Amino acid sequence: MTAFAARAAADLSHRGRPRSVKIQRGVEWVIHASLCGLTLLSVLTTAAIIVVVVRESLGFFTMDGSTVSLWSFFTGTVWSPLLGAQPEYGVLPLVGGTVLVTSIAGLFALPVGLLTAVFLSEYASARTRSVLKAVLEILAGVPTVVYGFFALTFITPYLLQPLSDDFGTYNAMGAGLAVGIMILPIVCSLSEDALRAVPQSLRDGAYALGSTKFDVTARVVVPAGLSGIVAAFLLALTRAIGETMIVALAAGGLAQLTANPSEQVQTMTAYMVQIFLGDAPANGIEYRSSYAVAMTLFAITFVMTWTGALVLKRYREEYE
Amino acid sequence: MSVGVAIPVARRTRNDRLLWVACLGATTLAVAVLSALLIAVFLQGVSSLDWHFLSSYASRKAANAGILAPLMGSLWVCTLCGAISIPIGIATAIYLEEYAPKSRLRSFVQLNISNLSGVPSIVYGILGLAAFGRCFGVLSSDEPLALGSPDSIFFIQLPLGRGILAGALTLSLVILPIMIIAAQEALRTVPKSLRHAALALGATKWQVVRRVTLPAALPTMMTGAILSMSRAIGEAAPLLVIGGVLLLFSVPENLMSDFTVLPLQIYNWAGRPQEEFHRIAAGAIIVQLALLLLFNSVAVLIRQKLQRPLQ
Repeated sequence: MTAFAARAAADLSHRGRPRSVKIQRGVEWVIHASLCGLTLLSVLTTAAIIVVVVRESLGFFTMDGSTVSLWSFFTGTVWSPLLGAQPEYGVLPLVGGTVLVTSIAGLFALPVGLLTAVFLSEYASARTRSVLKAVLEILAGVPTVVYGFFALTFITPYLLQPLSDDFGTYNAMGAGLAVGIMILPIVCSLSEDALRAVPQSLRDGAYALGSTKFDVTARVVVPAGLSGIVAAFLLALTRAIGETMIVALAAGGLAQLTANPSEQVQTMTAYMVQIFLGDAPANGIEYRSSYAVAMTLFAITFVMTWTGALVLKRYREEYE
Repeated sequence: MSVGVAIPVARRTRNDRLLWVACLGATTLAVAVLSALLIAVFLQGVSSLDWHFLSSYASRKAANAGILAPLMGSLWVCTLCGAISIPIGIATAIYLEEYAPKSRLRSFVQLNISNLSGVPSIVYGILGLAAFGRCFGVLSSDEPLALGSPDSIFFIQLPLGRGILAGALTLSLVILPIMIIAAQEALRTVPKSLRHAALALGATKWQVVRRVTLPAALPTMMTGAILSMSRAIGEAAPLLVIGGVLLLFSVPENLMSDFTVLPLQIYNWAGRPQEEFHRIAAGAIIVQLALLLLFNSVAVLIRQKLQRPLQ
């Protein structure tokens, strides 16, 4: 441990003539200021996102020929910007598509992820654990477009279509399951961190009272790590809401308000992809509408990450 | 236990057994999913992998198509993105961990960084398009401001338009929060006593950081950096907003060149109805996964070779 300090001291003394204190102070000041400046970049990024998204969305609501009001945008149930003579901009079908896909993903990934986390932290031996961790790391590193491909060429034709003829090439179920697979490693590794942070003494205490593993897990460990688990769930769902490439490939392109998982839906992100791929003339009203959708998406995810941070801060159980 | 009436032993053992089965089942499912994914991709894609596939440009016929342009594009974007985001990420982490006083401002900046990591990447694409692609409309894209000669690879013109640099800058913003958080965690692993020893020898704050803290934290930082780079090389959505999906017949020449990356090429091919294109999409996925594996093994190697115990 002292090797570092000794080497540093040797470095300092071998650098020839010492700098004057004045110059050294100047150098320190410049470095401090530039580090501070670079840190401000991240604050600036948030500010820039808000400014860009809000400014361009305002353009959508106020531009010439726009008949869309904030009210009709957020409560409208028809989204048909590119079809028909009278385009309609009601964002609810897009929000509904996102909610449907995210719910399917959550219903799959949250229980499976939590149970896997319990397995890793409560049951698995050190060796099994390191193997499973590696598997999860690989899953976490797979680019999301690969999951989209998987949904399109495996989940839908080989798992869903044999079950029912209702499933088309594009459907909410296939995309939702793929998004679920994508967020599984996030749920799992963050929940496991939360479970492992619960001190062993709590478990030992419960065992000493005659608890079974089920009692210990369900009544001691999980409640003690609950804030971390909830934060993990929120973070994973936020990722699911913002996921783009999977839904752009596998969910379809028809914006409709439906709860039927075998139908195709369009999510907020998939609509943005459609516009930015050039289906609409730049600077027309359809193009601008993608910014209003982006604003909605940003607001939703912002609230969710904020809630996650709050849950962690407020309800964290601190143990020695 | 707050339950008044005792639960019969039989039910308790049954619950216990059920939990074990459920946990084991969930874990098996996770492993099975990964295996299915890898096998499905491999079976579809392995036939299209050959030298021709790696060294040719896109084509209207699946049999002639290759991934040279997206592969080179991915390497360019990833290198630039690392060159931009790694120094900024480390600098921010150093400021937050070593310099900033514990104040409300610091916790605000910290909260802001974790919020940024939750922003959907396509929203970063919109920011990048406005900020880098169009310079917020301050500069006209009809008469771009040229810096340097178009023959040099460092040729730049403002606004950046749809070129590689705009894509790399945008991607840097996407991975910056991940990079910062990883570097902060690395700095936190360096024991306080090392810093105190150097300070006691008369080192200034920057000397402590430069010669003690940073060298000690660097291996862990590099591991984090490589993992954020592997996130960057898999991102498609922000680059789709910046550059669109292009079929290119040239490799990038300078920072302003049009570009495409592997994930976008995969998206393009996977989205087509024909079976042949799915096969070459799977081939491109294998190449992409091989790149990721390379990244991860370098990270593991650094972790094992360079990290020494600090305590």
